[in-house]
Amino acid sequence: MGPTLDFLTLLPYVSELLKGLTTTVILTVVTTLTGLALAVAVAYLRVNAQPWVRWGLGGYVEVTRNTPFIVQLFFIFFGLPGLGIKIDAITAAFIAMTLNLAAYSAEILRAGISATAKGQLEAGRALGMTTLQSYRHIVLVPAFARVYPALISQSIIVMLGSAVVSQISVFDLTYAANFIQSRNFRSFEVYLLITLVYLLLAFGMRRSFMLVGKRVFAYQQGEQR
Amino acid sequence: MIEFTFWDILRNLLLATRWTIVLSLIAFVGGATVGLLLTFMRLSSNRWLQRLTSLYVDLFQGTPLLMQLFLIFFGAAAMGHPISAWLAASIALTLFTSAFLCDIWRGCLEAVAKGQWHAARVLGMNYFQTMRHVILPQALRLSIPPTVGFSVQVIKGTALASIIGFVELTKAGTMLNNATFEPFTIFALVALLYFALCYPLSCYARYLEKKLYDAGLR
Repeated sequence: MGPTLDFLTLLPYVSELLKGLTTTVILTVVTTLTGLALAVAVAYLRVNAQPWVRWGLGGYVEVTRNTPFIVQLFFIFFGLPGLGIKIDAITAAFIAMTLNLAAYSAEILRAGISATAKGQLEAGRALGMTTLQSYRHIVLVPAFARVYPALISQSIIVMLGSAVVSQISVFDLTYAANFIQSRNFRSFEVYLLITLVYLLLAFGMRRSFMLVGKRVFAYQQGEQR
Repeated sequence: MIEFTFWDILRNLLLATRWTIVLSLIAFVGGATVGLLLTFMRLSSNRWLQRLTSLYVDLFQGTPLLMQLFLIFFGAAAMGHPISAWLAASIALTLFTSAFLCDIWRGCLEAVAKGQWHAARVLGMNYFQTMRHVILPQALRLSIPPTVGFSVQVIKGTALASIIGFVELTKAGTMLNNATFEPFTIFALVALLYFALCYPLSCYARYLEKKLYDAGLR
């Protein structure tokens, strides 16, 4: 086989590619939402909960940030059934991606939260806001706005990292690529195409995040750099 | 069938950890060298060189490391020059690392106040003198914490080399799992070993960051 590229050999596999793309997109959308929601809870509890809860959550964040995603995935998919907890591949992928994004985002959010001045929270209470209201409007939303760019990048990193879930036989984009190249032996063309799709996904994700951010954080534009 | 005791498993994993460390070092040293070159290309006054470097950084930051590995590993074979998993992993991780380090270092150089450039020029220093005596020493201090922090990402990145068949810590884990069917113990140990490699670096990066912060540089 000479160094020629032949992308036409990929044509019969359009349905596999679309199936893989759908899985990757759904996985990403769902885990971005669940991951960020969990991150808010973790960030809140790491500041306000009982010491042993804080300690436990700190352990979770540090372990997640200091081990490879693929090992976390293998541990959940292969390791947990050893304890009697049996889960299918796609569920394992959801759990691993959510836990991974949440650990990093909680740490990012914590930096944003700690930048809130104490007096502001007291001012909110003085204005008659409930604890939850003042926490939401004074601490959480501004903190989110402050660290939003970092959260975008982290969500994209998790999306790109999701290529690894193909290793536990989740039919995502990378799995589709592996499947196709095992049939037509055109590995380079397949992977080149898939890489381009990931690049477009990353670009699209950044754009949509920024559009959402513009609307949600509109009234805080003045405060941001 | 050979029986594996807990100590056999641990010994085998520890032996494989050597290759994780070696690959991490290759990727980090190689990545730093290429990254330094890229940083200076990015800072040059040639607009095309700047654009080319940004494109390089965007490409590597916007695609999965796994795809970069596959493209190099299978690409070389498709071009008629098959390479080993060792070489493919070293090249892919070096390029990946260089893109991220270039981005980090450019940020550090730009973080040194613009006024200092002007001040140095007014003092009669040329570009290289300004770089050498004014900008670089400050940027270097700023760059150490995030660089140490990124080394953790490099170590974790080497785990993907297992997928193309390079026997490092993760691959050793899956192989041992296939032989012993004790996934819980094995992957917990694998995670623990990665943690033992990465956590001290994370703590050191945080300590350096705090030191800079306390010195009023951040």
